[in-house]
Amino acid sequence: MLLLKKLSEAAGVSGCENEVRNILKEELKEYADFKTDALGNLLFEKKNKGKKPRIMIAAHMDEVGLMITSILKNGFLKFESVGGIDDRILVSKTVTIGPNKIKGVIGAKPIHRQDPKERENALKIKNLYIDIGAKDQEDAEKKVKIGDYACFDTEFEIIGENIVKGKALDDRIGCFVVAELLKRNYEVEICGAFTVQEEIGLRGSGVAVYQLKPDVAIVVEGTFASDVPGTKEEEYNTVLGMGPAVTTMDRSFIANKGMRDRVFEVAKKNNIPCQPRRTNLGGTDGGRIQSIGEGIPTIVISVPTRYIHSPVSMADINDINNTILLINFLILDYQERGI
Amino acid sequence: MKELIKTLTETYGPSGNEEKIRNVIKDLVTPYADEVKVDALGNLIVHKKGSGDKLMLAAHMDEIGIIVTNIDDKGFIRFSSVGGVSPFILLGERVIFENGTIGVIGVEKIDDMKELKMKRLFIDIGASSKEEVMSKVKVGDMATYYRECNFLGKNISAKSLDDRAGCAVLIKALQEVENPKYDLYFVFTTQEEVGTRGAKTSAYSIEPELAIVVDVTICGDTPEGEKIAVDLGKGPAIKIKDMSVLSHPKIKQLLIDTAEKNNIPYQREVLDLGGTDAGSIHLTKEGVPSGGIAIPTRYVHTPSEMVNLDDLENTVKLLLAVIEG
Repeated sequence: MLLLKKLSEAAGVSGCENEVRNILKEELKEYADFKTDALGNLLFEKKNKGKKPRIMIAAHMDEVGLMITSILKNGFLKFESVGGIDDRILVSKTVTIGPNKIKGVIGAKPIHRQDPKERENALKIKNLYIDIGAKDQEDAEKKVKIGDYACFDTEFEIIGENIVKGKALDDRIGCFVVAELLKRNYEVEICGAFTVQEEIGLRGSGVAVYQLKPDVAIVVEGTFASDVPGTKEEEYNTVLGMGPAVTTMDRSFIANKGMRDRVFEVAKKNNIPCQPRRTNLGGTDGGRIQSIGEGIPTIVISVPTRYIHSPVSMADINDINNTILLINFLILDYQERGI
Repeated sequence: MKELIKTLTETYGPSGNEEKIRNVIKDLVTPYADEVKVDALGNLIVHKKGSGDKLMLAAHMDEIGIIVTNIDDKGFIRFSSVGGVSPFILLGERVIFENGTIGVIGVEKIDDMKELKMKRLFIDIGASSKEEVMSKVKVGDMATYYRECNFLGKNISAKSLDDRAGCAVLIKALQEVENPKYDLYFVFTTQEEVGTRGAKTSAYSIEPELAIVVDVTICGDTPEGEKIAVDLGKGPAIKIKDMSVLSHPKIKQLLIDTAEKNNIPYQREVLDLGGTDAGSIHLTKEGVPSGGIAIPTRYVHTPSEMVNLDDLENTVKLLLAVIEG
């Protein structure tokens, strides 16, 4: 889990994925040939024994976060969100800003100074600012520039028996799974794509797949889990601890049916718990990947993750390990039986 | 034409699950084609050789539907939409799954119709336990409206005329074409209803010089209806624009000139909502001049869509006149 800790704690808001990219490069450079493309995707290629199909496994490196948009006279920073963030979860959170990891706190007008009507409404981004402890604008400008990214400042830990807690598990969990799989040896050709800018519109994966030209693609995600109070059981889209979740359809994508059924078969045969993702909400790189070129049969396998797109998310270590195992067996199945 | 429409509309085929409808169409077109293939996204690509430019003709095979998200202990099924399905239309409907399982749409007790949301609805397949449901229906399975095709005077009412009507036109045109002026690709696309996805990969592989999409459009001739100058029975509507494409002037003019020269009645479609496969096709690679012919259709995305037989025949005529020059 040390690699997952490093990945989770690295800053990598969409468009600024270099910390994550460097960790993965360092971790995997001995295992496969790699390159970084024009958009910043990190692409690995293992020819292995050259057997077909050529399988791509992909996960996105970027996370949702904030961008500094102006520096006020009194040294406070105004910001906008990058990717889908619920404004209501932002107030009083700590962040780090820019390459030098300047610490900041997201602040708001004290409750004492809010009139009764204001108190009833959730704070919006326009009501918030980041406080980096600067004296004034000049002082703040020494540390932060407009356009710098801010990223949640959350320590990665294991809590309870087997739950990991940290930021950006969407999709550093996927990066971790793909990294572990790239360390293994197969007979079929394997490419690994760590993509950029997924959170702002699936932008990196298209060009990645255009270069790698796989026969089939497996996207690994940290998908949201709604197995929590306030949600009816029929609205649980995934449940922690019940194994990797397999998508049939989301807003961006309908899975290749044959591949989807094959995943369930492989799971059953190898006694790996596995659940259908029971919603068609959300979107992933899968949507972009399958529609590139003449089309690529694609599937999305996700680790159920609570509280994604917030400063802290949670996932089950067993689910993570089972996702690695499941994809491993899926690759072996392709190796044995072809497409 | 009537029998063809009946066959096509009564076949199952929601987005991503087009296997059944693809097989039906494949059987109908194979005797007339030089080459038939299915690509990675499931598009059926039918090549009819000709000497001129590559012309891609597209109609989508998929239809709207619903997808199972949960099955409870008592055997009730919760679902979400595949494409533009309204909970109001689903009330009291029956639906059918790929394996023929039929279900009834039920609704929780609600006091105000404003509260009617998809999540308040469920499917009842007559099972009394989760296990019994699971032997027939699984999470992720899709269902479509279950509805017969009826002939009402000169009109036809059926589910999925969007876009099986377009598929029928393409099939007829392929069967009747004699001297094509173009190298023809008849493409029956997948996943149009969820974002014109199949058209994208098929256009990429074909690399057409021009493209014409045959899809349905809404009508403005019903009481207090939509504001659109398209009436049922007044001829195919030549696409000027929809939300996904501005028809290429060359294609638009070709269609208008051909209709006028051959005395085929036509209308002009200026659509303020929705898109078509032309939206994906015209942006493929270096760009493809694209346009469309729209079949006037009432009650689109309901189980009782309605088209007019003369409109269908005239759409075939117009398409044939274009491809035979």
